[in-house]
Amino acid sequence: MFNASQSQDNNSDSKMTLAELPAGRTARIAGLLGDDLGKRRLMALGLVRGKEIALETKAPMGDPRIYTILGYRLSIRQDDAKKILVSAI
Amino acid sequence: MAGGKEITVGLIGNPNSGKTSLFNRLCHSKDPVGNYPRVTVAIRERTFDHAEWTFRLADLPGVYALTTQTPEESSARDYIHEERAQIWMNVLDAGNLERSLYLTSQLVEMGRRMVFVLNMIDEAEYKRLVIDAEALSRRLGGPVIKVNSITGQGLEALRAALVSMAQQERAPAPVIIDYDDHLAAAVTRVQQLIVDLHPDAMTPGQSRWLAIKLLEGDDALLRREGDHGHLLEMVGRERQDLAQEHGGECEMLFADARYAHVHTLMAATMVRAGGSVPHVDWTARLDALLLHRVLGLPLFIFILWLMFQTTFTLGKLPMGWIEAGVGWIKEGVGGLLPAGMVHDLVVNGVIAGVGGTIIFLPNIVILFFFMAIFSESGYLTRAAFLMDRLMHAFGLHGKALIPLVIGFGCNVPAVLATRTIESERARLIAILVNPFILCAARLPVFILFAGAFFSDRAASMVFLMYMISIMMSMFGSVLLNRILPRGMEESFIMELPPYRLPTVKSLTWHMWDNAMDFLNKIGGVILVGSMVLWFMKEFPKDITWSVDYAGQIEQMQKQPETPELKEAMSQLTRQRDQEALANSYLGRIARTVAPIFAPLELSWRDTVAILTGLMAKEVVVASYAVLYSEEREQAAESSSLRELLSKTMSPWVAFAFMVFTLLYTPCLATIAAIRREAGSWKWAGFSVGFSMVIAWSLAFLIVNVGRWLT
Repeated sequence: MFNASQSQDNNSDSKMTLAELPAGRTARIAGLLGDDLGKRRLMALGLVRGKEIALETKAPMGDPRIYTILGYRLSIRQDDAKKILVSAI
Repeated sequence: MAGGKEITVGLIGNPNSGKTSLFNRLCHSKDPVGNYPRVTVAIRERTFDHAEWTFRLADLPGVYALTTQTPEESSARDYIHEERAQIWMNVLDAGNLERSLYLTSQLVEMGRRMVFVLNMIDEAEYKRLVIDAEALSRRLGGPVIKVNSITGQGLEALRAALVSMAQQERAPAPVIIDYDDHLAAAVTRVQQLIVDLHPDAMTPGQSRWLAIKLLEGDDALLRREGDHGHLLEMVGRERQDLAQEHGGECEMLFADARYAHVHTLMAATMVRAGGSVPHVDWTARLDALLLHRVLGLPLFIFILWLMFQTTFTLGKLPMGWIEAGVGWIKEGVGGLLPAGMVHDLVVNGVIAGVGGTIIFLPNIVILFFFMAIFSESGYLTRAAFLMDRLMHAFGLHGKALIPLVIGFGCNVPAVLATRTIESERARLIAILVNPFILCAARLPVFILFAGAFFSDRAASMVFLMYMISIMMSMFGSVLLNRILPRGMEESFIMELPPYRLPTVKSLTWHMWDNAMDFLNKIGGVILVGSMVLWFMKEFPKDITWSVDYAGQIEQMQKQPETPELKEAMSQLTRQRDQEALANSYLGRIARTVAPIFAPLELSWRDTVAILTGLMAKEVVVASYAVLYSEEREQAAESSSLRELLSKTMSPWVAFAFMVFTLLYTPCLATIAAIRREAGSWKWAGFSVGFSMVIAWSLAFLIVNVGRWLT
């Protein structure tokens, strides 16, 4: 149950982590990595497969960043964003 | 119309969905609210009467889902699992419906009596979202009420809905969420086993719900079913099978299904009004400025500076008025009372102590005005976002900024506010460094000392104290990071609410509430403390004198008066007073601990002030006022405490004293809060020792640098 990443890397070649999403771009959530509790927390906040997420603002040193998801603003550290797989739209 | 039947209503909803505002509105109470997630970190209960019912409302900490694990989330989840309420009021943020409904999708599966509140309905209208409450109500299985808890719109309908819900004996059937076939089949299989294990104990709805929760991996329920090894084994197997078949964990499958359900729900019950949206997105505009990559941080520092500066300078004027008033009362009362013990107690004990403290009321009120703006506008989360990286460098979590800023008001709620930090270790550090933050109770000490010793740059001195306070909390964090064993990785995920304009009503309330709090302290600990201090200073009276002062003075009085004799007499009187003081209870205590403070070049009076400050830091100023009250009377012209104080130590020693007072042992209320939040006396004790050592060392350093420089 910890190898979710492998099983999800199947169809898309434009897959990256949220941490790599360029400013102003929108992507679709493709999967989550990391431990169970972390994933649950992200899912509860709306980070589930298929939802659109866009990068809004970066903090002064580029980390953390603010994203828009489900119409609200969420700030996420780069270390956490690396655990969120997205595919560019 | 006192309520006859009592029924408990649990308020549940996402963080920052306005549960507490609604709670206050319904119960006519004034519990603290703010525009940042998780203002409420403990369960609070209050009642209100309506029709023939008494509703006991329980305000639960906000949760995003029922399967997460921060301390306050668990307390809310346990409340639900233990079924401590008969009716549930699910509060949804109407401006943030999709995410709010995710929690709802978990709640409606339980099949309870529920009322749904679309709170902050104005924000949905602002976003041009038209919601069909009727349709939504049919699909959720409970009344849906649109509410604006600021204006009070919808509250009457909500009360009526609660009454009809209370009268309705039976709970509705649970809502069935459309899971995909594999998931649904697994749920049915697990449910069957649960029914076999707990025959007749549960309704079909309950057993289905438990099956779903177990498959979702709810830790608390898995523990509860711990003795059914067979069941747990089956759940584990099903989870594994599902994960393999679908390429994703079981939880993810459930979350996907729930969000799909929410999506269908929204599509069927709400539409976005057509046409272009003419409104201005103020949040985006403000963020463009306040979160600017270059200007953001300087602006935050500037706002803090403005707060400290205004608190000091704007407070000066009314402070003078109150000071004059106190002086006037002192004269009046002093004149009325006959000379003697009672006179001294009232004038030199009570009026000196209380009057010496109450003059700082304006500063406190102004400070809390700023604190209210901070917490209600939504800016605090932005500040946490801006500072996260910098704080991370010092080993503090970005979210620790919120408790740190709250700490400028009072450390007690600040320590509680650390609950929003998910990682235990990061939270512990945030708790332990919080007492270094200069709270409103310590501010009077610095205003008094800055005025006495650094009168030409008093405002900068107070600001410097704030800077030292911030730096020391950073330094403390670096130190603690070295000491504490490294734990698991921590994360920083935080919702940024839209900016909201603080209402005049809530700002006024916030200031009023804190002013009353300060006045209550004056009427309590400071009043009693001043009296006790006076007694300890005056007693015991039966001292065996080293010199027969009384006899000598009597003899001198018989002789003809000459300037030399007068001088000798006053010297003798001073000597007697000194000896009396040294032998008083206060003098004895001060002498015992004096060796600790001797290297800091502090007098016995300073020592006493420090000791009394252990109770509450407000008492430090009151102590000085009592300790110097007689001298003030004896002085030829009415000199202020400031002037008297300024002659007692060098500026460097005064500075050392200020730093010591800033950092030493947290007050009793804070120590209690630390014990509660850190979970053991060990950490409370550690905090006491840790801050004492740091305070002493730094003060010692300052005194010696001062000696070397002058």
